[in-house]
Amino acid sequence: MENSSNIKVHVEHLKKNFGSLEVLKDINIDIKEGEVVTIIGPSGSGKSTFLRCLNRLETITGGKIIVNGSDLSDKSININKVRENIGMVFQHFNLFPNMSVVENIMLAPVELKIKTKEEAREESLKLLDRVGLLEKANVYPQQLSGGQKQRVAIARALAMNPSVMLFDEPTSALDPEMVGEVLNVMKELAKNGMTMICVTHEMGFAREVADRVVFMDGGHIIEEGTPEQVLNNPQQERTKSFLNKVL
Amino acid sequence: MLSIIKVYWSMLLRSLGYTLVLTLFALFFAMIIGLIFALLNVSHKKTLNFIGTVYVDAVRGVPLIVLAFFIYFGVPQAVKMLGVQGFRLPALQAGTIALAMNCGAYMAEIFRAGIQSIDKGQMEAARSLGLPYGTSMRRVILPQAFKVMIPSVINQFIITLKDTSILSVIGYPELTNMGKTISGNTFKSLQTWTIIGILYMVVIVTLSKVAKKIEWRLKKDGE
Repeated sequence: MENSSNIKVHVEHLKKNFGSLEVLKDINIDIKEGEVVTIIGPSGSGKSTFLRCLNRLETITGGKIIVNGSDLSDKSININKVRENIGMVFQHFNLFPNMSVVENIMLAPVELKIKTKEEAREESLKLLDRVGLLEKANVYPQQLSGGQKQRVAIARALAMNPSVMLFDEPTSALDPEMVGEVLNVMKELAKNGMTMICVTHEMGFAREVADRVVFMDGGHIIEEGTPEQVLNNPQQERTKSFLNKVL
Repeated sequence: MLSIIKVYWSMLLRSLGYTLVLTLFALFFAMIIGLIFALLNVSHKKTLNFIGTVYVDAVRGVPLIVLAFFIYFGVPQAVKMLGVQGFRLPALQAGTIALAMNCGAYMAEIFRAGIQSIDKGQMEAARSLGLPYGTSMRRVILPQAFKVMIPSVINQFIITLKDTSILSVIGYPELTNMGKTISGNTFKSLQTWTIIGILYMVVIVTLSKVAKKIEWRLKKDGE
C-alpha cells in the first residue's frame, strides 16, 4: 500500500451478512486524510450498514477494515480506544435525555479521564459556541429543536477530538427548514480538514462539499468519483436511474 | 374490638414493625439481586443469559411458601449433612432470604424490561464515543431505565409487603402471625382479622398514594 500514512480508512473485500441476508457483498475503498466522502444510494443498499461497520457497531462477516491503523477485524484490539478517534452522528441524534446539553458533551472526555471536569466543561462550551448553541448549554435535549439536537450531537462527537467523523443520514429526520443549519456545521468541519464519511440524501451537500461521491446499490459500490462525474455524468445505468428519481 | 386494641396494641404495633423491617430488608436485597440478574439477562453473552434465566425461572416457578420452608428447614439439614453441627437459621434471616430471592426474581424482570425499553440508539451513541459497556450502562441506560421502572417497582414493593404474611408459617412474629395468636387467645376472629386487615391497608394505601405522587411528578418532569 503506497502512501499508507495518508490513508485513514482502508476497506478490503468487506462482507456483512444479517443471518442469510447478504447486506454488503464486496466493498473495497480507501479514504484519505481530510477527504470528504458522501455515500448515496437507495434505501436497503447497505450504505448505513457499511458506515456502522467502520466503528464496529456492526461486526463484519468477512474482509478487512483498517481505521487509523487499527484492524477492526482483529477481535483482540481495544475497540473502545479505536472508537475514541471515530466520531459518529446518528439520524435520530441519540442525545442522552437524562443529561443537560453540556453534560452530554462532557460525558465521554470526563468518564474516560481524558480531561478534568473543568477542562471538559470549558472545551464543551467552546464546541457549543462553534455550532452556535452556547446559550443552550444548560437546557435538556427535549427542549431543543431537531436541528439544534443534531448540532449538539456533532459537538458531542467532536469533544473526543476524533480524526474521522461518520455521519449516518444526519439530516433525514429533520424538518426541511432545519437542514441548512446542520449542513452549515458540517461544511465548516469539512473546510477545517476533517476526514468525513457521510451517508446522505442531500445531493446539494454532496455536490458542494464532497471530494468524492460513492453510489451504492445492492451491497456493492456501483460507481464512485468526483461529484461532477457521478452526479452530472453517471456512467452506470443504476446510478442514472437512481439520480433520475431523486434529482 | 376496642378491648382487643386495648390489650394488644403494643404487640400489634411491634409485629407491624417486624413486618416493615422484614419488608425493607427483603426489598434492599431484592433490588441488588434484581439488578444483577437483569444485567445478566440483557448481556450479549449466552452463558450469562443462561444463568439469569435459570435463576428467574427457578424462583418464579416455586411458591414463596415452599421456598420459605426449603430455606428455613431444608438448608440447615443440608448444612448438617455436610458435617457442620448446630447450624440454625433464625426466622428473620430465613424469611429475609426467601422473600428477597422471590422478590428479586420479579425485580429482575422489571429491571430487564426497563433496560430494554430504552432506545438502542442510546447505547450505540455511548459506545461510539469510546465509552465501555459498563460505563454506558451506568451513566446512560440505567438512569433512564430507573425512571421508567418506578411505578412497577413500587407495585412490587406492595406485593412483597403483603407476601411477608406468608412467612408466618415459619414462625416469624409479623403481623399475620400476631393475628393468629390474638384470635387464638381471645376467640374473637372477626374483630382480630378486621384490625389486622386495616393495619395492612393503612400502610399499603399510604404507599400507593406516595407512588402516585412520584409517578405524577416524573410525568411532569418529562414534559
